[in-house]
Amino acid sequence: MTAVPLPYRVTANRPESADTRTIELQPVAEALPVFAPGQFAMVYAFGVGDIPVSVAGIDGSALTHTIRGVGATSRALCAVRAGTQVGVRGPFGTGWDLPSAAGRDLIIVAGGIGLAPLRPLVREALSAPGTYGRLNVLVGARTPADLLYRSELDGWGHPYCGVTVDRAGPEWTGNVGVVTALLDQAAFDPHDTTAFACGPEVMIRAAARELLHRGVPAQHIRISLERNMHCATGHCGHCQLGPLLLCRDGPVVAYDRAKPLLTVREL
Amino acid sequence: MASATAPPAAGDTACVLDRDGMGALVRELRARGRTVIGPTVRDDAIVLAKLESAEELPYGWGVEHEAGYYRVRRRPDGAAFAHSAGPQSWKSFLHPERVRQWAADRGPDGEMTVRPERDEPPSFAFLGVRPCDLRAIQIQDRVMIGGPHRDATYGARRGGAFLIVVECTEPGATCFCVSMDTGPAARPGYDLALTEVVDEAGHRFLARAGTDEGAEILAALPRRPADDLTRTRAREDVEAAAGRMGRTMPEVDLRALLAGTLDAERWNDVAARCLTCGNCTMACPTCFCTTTEDVTDLTGDHAERWRRWESCYDLDFTHLPGGSVRGSGRSRYRQWLTHKLGTWWDQFDSSGCVGCGRCIVWCPVGIDITEEAHALHQESLDGQAGTEDGRP
Repeated sequence: MTAVPLPYRVTANRPESADTRTIELQPVAEALPVFAPGQFAMVYAFGVGDIPVSVAGIDGSALTHTIRGVGATSRALCAVRAGTQVGVRGPFGTGWDLPSAAGRDLIIVAGGIGLAPLRPLVREALSAPGTYGRLNVLVGARTPADLLYRSELDGWGHPYCGVTVDRAGPEWTGNVGVVTALLDQAAFDPHDTTAFACGPEVMIRAAARELLHRGVPAQHIRISLERNMHCATGHCGHCQLGPLLLCRDGPVVAYDRAKPLLTVREL
Repeated sequence: MASATAPPAAGDTACVLDRDGMGALVRELRARGRTVIGPTVRDDAIVLAKLESAEELPYGWGVEHEAGYYRVRRRPDGAAFAHSAGPQSWKSFLHPERVRQWAADRGPDGEMTVRPERDEPPSFAFLGVRPCDLRAIQIQDRVMIGGPHRDATYGARRGGAFLIVVECTEPGATCFCVSMDTGPAARPGYDLALTEVVDEAGHRFLARAGTDEGAEILAALPRRPADDLTRTRAREDVEAAAGRMGRTMPEVDLRALLAGTLDAERWNDVAARCLTCGNCTMACPTCFCTTTEDVTDLTGDHAERWRRWESCYDLDFTHLPGGSVRGSGRSRYRQWLTHKLGTWWDQFDSSGCVGCGRCIVWCPVGIDITEEAHALHQESLDGQAGTEDGRP
């Protein structure tokens, strides 16, 4: 169902950080088609509105969404109680398409809430040992308290899972600085690597620049982009980025296609 | 088109209707349960509205257009369709400016039921679709029902619509359909095509059918076989119209021009004049952008989803948590023009402009899309000249 939302029951709502929560959803009756990692849903808070939210977890027909409360709808969705219902449309957009990177080293670069759409990608890679080369997961957050999925991060990188924060108190003994600095610790053959990045656009550009500098070709860097979105069905026009309709041609876009668009101011 | 069957050859059905025949056409369409929409004079403009009879057509009215200027004026010849585009387009009927998409109710235990809107639109007959506007409808078809997600509202309205094209014999000062290759002659896609002829032999319409339903309706009207004089005059008038366009686009690959001029100085120039009011997007027959509105009743347990037209000139159009992507007027005008003439090709495999001139007429400060395209072309030529001279 892409035009009218289907009712989904909230089965859990747990905090990730001060402004971010993860909700688990189960279809009440009819289920949407299975989502692929990287795709997104339009999640409707009753009477408030719907917003595009990437899937942070896929378990059959069950969906996991991690939502940062920044606007009326996202705050309403952060406040949903277990047992209540929300509406969901989807699946929409392009996925990460991990299988096409079989045999290659993987680099996953996440900033802030950008880790949410990458979580099912990491899980997909971990669930298929031997299918891919080395798995490097690079995670950045504003502060230690803003780190998502803290209990899961330890098992994510083979050989490398690095975490860095912009600011930290004395209790933090880990990295401080930009996430791209972690690339020095990652183990990969740049000519045989596929990279996946999601986060603030400035982080995506910086990550792509560093990856290109290290020899990863632009067509093997996949990024997930965000724009205003109302319909998710290619009719409302809001999500345009130059020639792209990001609800249809994105959110996951290869960097060789995105790069010329991201360097034009206010495109 | 109301029928998907292959159009019969135009020669099979060509006939001539007089003014009584036009009256009979509207009566026949109404007798078949059609809601007839066509041009009529109202509020000092030729608007598109529901017609009870053909006598409401703007017989004896024309229009004067210029950038930021529109006036109706009397015509001595009594013609009904000797006017170019008015303030509205057919999208007002096919892609209405405000529609309810669905309603939802919340039960005592929080359970949600969602009911899609059951739109039962009238069975439309559009009388007086200009060839440029026929192309505009076909362009919106691609956007709204041509992709993987079919818009139900548009589809229901468009599916049953009967289209009567009237070829253009009186282009306006802001018209450039020849540049956009959309007119002034009728192209395929109509149920009926008419050409209005007014001369010493009388006021009449050369008619031919494009579909079986069109032929069936023609057969029910008082008519006479198409004579050579009427055929010749109709052809000559349409050919003459092609030579009387008030505007032209630069004869270059507009898609490439717009893709290559994102950093042009000209955007600053037009931004200094543009009010970012969005009039051009409302008047444009292909602009399709919308926003959504969610409302509840006082109990909070009944909610509705509405969709209404929105403009890419609105500051909120690109709102993200960090602010609007396109904050400046420069970037918003650039978005509209590059989309219309350029990136529309990437998204929907056609131009988004049909050359109807509405955006020029209804711009309160008279910004002219053709003038802007010429200026961008000139700036790109100047840039190339600079490169050849070895200057930066």
